[in-house]
Amino acid sequence: MEGLDDIVEEFLVESHENLDQLDQDLVALEQDPRSRDRLSSIFRTIHTIKGTSGFLAFNRLEEVAHVGENMLSRLRDGALELTPHRTSALLEMVDCVRALLASIEANGGEGGVDVAPAVAVLSAALEDVPAPVTPEPAAARTTFLPTADALVAELPVLPAPVLDVPAVALPAAAAPAEVPVEVPGEVPMETPAAPAAEPALPEVDAEGKGQQPGRRAVADSTIRVDVNLLDALMLLVGELVLTRNQIVQYVGRQTDQDLVRASQRLNLIASELQEGVMKTRMQPIDHIWSKLPRVVRDLGLQCGKNVRLEMEGRETELDKTLLEAVKDPLTHLVRNSVDHGVEASPARVAAGKPAEGVLTLRARHESGQVVVEVADDGAGIDPAKVGAKAVERGLLTADALSRMSPTDILQLIFLPGFSTAAAVTNVSGRGVGMDVVKTNIESIGGTIEVESVPGRGTCTRLRIPLTLAIVPALTIECAGDRYAIPQISLQELVALDAEKAAAAVEEVGGASVYRLRGELLPLVRLADVLGLPSDRHDGHVVIAVLRSEGRRFGLVVDRVINTEEIVVKAVGGQMKAIGLYSGATVLGDGAVALILDVQALARRALRPETAERQESRKNVTAAAASTERQRMLLAAIGGGRRVAIPLDTVTRLEQVRSETVERVGSREVVQYRGAILPIVRLDRHLGAFGGGEREVLEVIVYADHGRSVAIVVEEILDIVDGEANVHSDIDDLGLLGSTVIGDRVTELLDVRAAILAADPAFYSPSAGTAPAGLSPAFAFDGAPSPFSKV
Amino acid sequence: MSTALSSHPAAHAMPATSQLATFWLDGALYGVEVEHVQEVLRSQSITRVPLAPPAVAGLINLRGQVVTAIELRERLGRPARPAGTEAVVIVVRLHGEAVSLLVDSIADVVDVHVRDFEAPPDTLDGSARELIRGAYKLDGQLLLALDVNRAVGT
Repeated sequence: MEGLDDIVEEFLVESHENLDQLDQDLVALEQDPRSRDRLSSIFRTIHTIKGTSGFLAFNRLEEVAHVGENMLSRLRDGALELTPHRTSALLEMVDCVRALLASIEANGGEGGVDVAPAVAVLSAALEDVPAPVTPEPAAARTTFLPTADALVAELPVLPAPVLDVPAVALPAAAAPAEVPVEVPGEVPMETPAAPAAEPALPEVDAEGKGQQPGRRAVADSTIRVDVNLLDALMLLVGELVLTRNQIVQYVGRQTDQDLVRASQRLNLIASELQEGVMKTRMQPIDHIWSKLPRVVRDLGLQCGKNVRLEMEGRETELDKTLLEAVKDPLTHLVRNSVDHGVEASPARVAAGKPAEGVLTLRARHESGQVVVEVADDGAGIDPAKVGAKAVERGLLTADALSRMSPTDILQLIFLPGFSTAAAVTNVSGRGVGMDVVKTNIESIGGTIEVESVPGRGTCTRLRIPLTLAIVPALTIECAGDRYAIPQISLQELVALDAEKAAAAVEEVGGASVYRLRGELLPLVRLADVLGLPSDRHDGHVVIAVLRSEGRRFGLVVDRVINTEEIVVKAVGGQMKAIGLYSGATVLGDGAVALILDVQALARRALRPETAERQESRKNVTAAAASTERQRMLLAAIGGGRRVAIPLDTVTRLEQVRSETVERVGSREVVQYRGAILPIVRLDRHLGAFGGGEREVLEVIVYADHGRSVAIVVEEILDIVDGEANVHSDIDDLGLLGSTVIGDRVTELLDVRAAILAADPAFYSPSAGTAPAGLSPAFAFDGAPSPFSKV
Repeated sequence: MSTALSSHPAAHAMPATSQLATFWLDGALYGVEVEHVQEVLRSQSITRVPLAPPAVAGLINLRGQVVTAIELRERLGRPARPAGTEAVVIVVRLHGEAVSLLVDSIADVVDVHVRDFEAPPDTLDGSARELIRGAYKLDGQLLLALDVNRAVGT
């Protein structure tokens, strides 16, 4: 079957089905020659075959179908009467079509099948010329043995013989098609034997059976099933999976060995059945990839680029519905790669790369997901350019940008209103696209990320769930209710006992954070989001580390219950409108549990609660859209004075024991994570001498370009939304002015001045000129400072 | 409004007789068209939905199908059901989708005639007025006809 392309294969399957129907229709038509419905149905079938074969350049097939169609159309219009002779001619045509299809299937072409006899018989029947007197039918007779029978049968036009005719006429139809077939290989096989053995009365069925094994390789291996039926099956399997979960859970508490064994078998079989039914909906990704070579070729020509498309893993399967949903985003990514990614040949040669660019599509299964990559070996994306563009578009402040890792900066291309195309081309570069791609992928529960090495290429990676209906999920409990979190968003689980939690979970005003391997993880308490009282009172903290839209946050839940496969059930519009739940599911014990929409949760919860620089990325969109509101960290500096520090200049909050503060020259420093951290005491810096020396210093760490300074305050009070406009302009050292926050006059810290007070060389481009001990690369071991990664 | 029934817009489309499945809610008798009612259930465990509108009591598992439960007391502006009393669930099917209503107790299916119908009494207050098509004057009892479509459209 190799070499047959999809269209031909589909054509064969369809035609075989139609021909079977045609046989029945024709025979039935003889009994009821006036049935317009049947005639129309037959006409349509032949018409379709004619049209498709013309399109596929199977000329002989087209020719014979054309003549058949002619006759059928006249029969349909009532211009001709259906006589047994004509029926035979039509059946002959059907067999001839069959032989041609068999030949096409066996060796990809029409082979040596001779259509002239069938055409001649049809033409004769059409002209109503008594076949025997024309030379053509004579020729036909030499090849088609029982034609004479058919002709004899034609003579009486009485209804009675007509009824008998099929039995006689059918062998006529059956045999001839086989005789002229000179198709090499297995195609005609046993068929000649059938008419030979029973020349008198071979039945339609016997004839059919005899021929089938040889010629139905394509048609027999597939069956058309209504998608609705598959959906219904899928639903039932979902129910079965739930019941299975329930039984397995129940049996887990039993001791009866037989019951345990039976439940294990049930478990296995249900899983296999689930897999099997899911497979029925699976289609290879090649279905959508197959259109891409053309896209790449045309686009390459249009852009004057030489691009070769390579595909790996084209047999990777995913759910039909998902496949449809991925089609457009994928096409968009491919167009993007050709348009922006791959350089024109001269530029490539100049860069020492082969003139021909390579665009690679990869698909594979990976831990219950399908990973699809679109990779090019083009110029890559320069994070600096992306960053600059984002700042230029007002999507981000330069300051926030400076603290983002290159990988994070690249993800900015998914922001609405972002486009790096230097020129708006016909193809892309209008600043819409990547955000739409992202939205589309997320709408099916997938994720998207981009990687790039400047000069080497770009790789966009999609992660798509295998199917939408059944997803692996983590079930958790909060305030006495259970919720499910799709595992695709889950990164890890952290459980802290009361003692550890007290130390590791830090509160900043209303926002709590947890240090996960040195990085600040903003925590979101599910109970707070849901507006329910948590029923965890022992101080233990369970954190589900979730990732959404490139941001990580920790969801604090009461307890983790289980991981299980859940069946996603739709919920009514009212539930969707709440914007926290993506659906509901029925758990093993029959209870309904809501499925948390992690993306919505992140959007909703991270805005008011996070103290991380992720916030500044969040603000990217907010800042562009609405009024210029800035989040401020409020701190007391002693003497009743409060300062506000823009939150996006805060990298971390730390506590430092005062005895660890050392002096270098006239400055104070503290050793911190293997680096030297210069300190500025804000009270002294701003001339507010508060209480005496404290044991533990509250420290705000600011990091930029691998350098950090620590700003010591008396107490961290809160995080507020402050308006950036300054109400009064107090001309004082180290302050930008003052504003009213929460009914109290609050000073706005000139962060730059404070930092310079701690490390005069902080902003200097060359670290080497800074005074020894304060400056160069803080990391002793040569590793990059941990702050830069935060 | 309380006079001629023809003045009530809902009356035009009404057939002469119809069957209402009736139920009790806070001492009043209500009815919904029997063709909307799919089934009646008791002692269903309801999963609450935090942050949902107050009238959404939660979700119930109807043989594997997740169905929203509407607290009709809340919807009609009646006081909450006394603690310790269990609600009865009436599952209605509207536009192919199942929704359930929580009521106090279920009563009979009643044949009503359009001649007994009247527009909602003037005494009916705002929120309930929207959801009540009108009242059938039965012997010794008023039967309030609930507009199911509006009742579930929280």
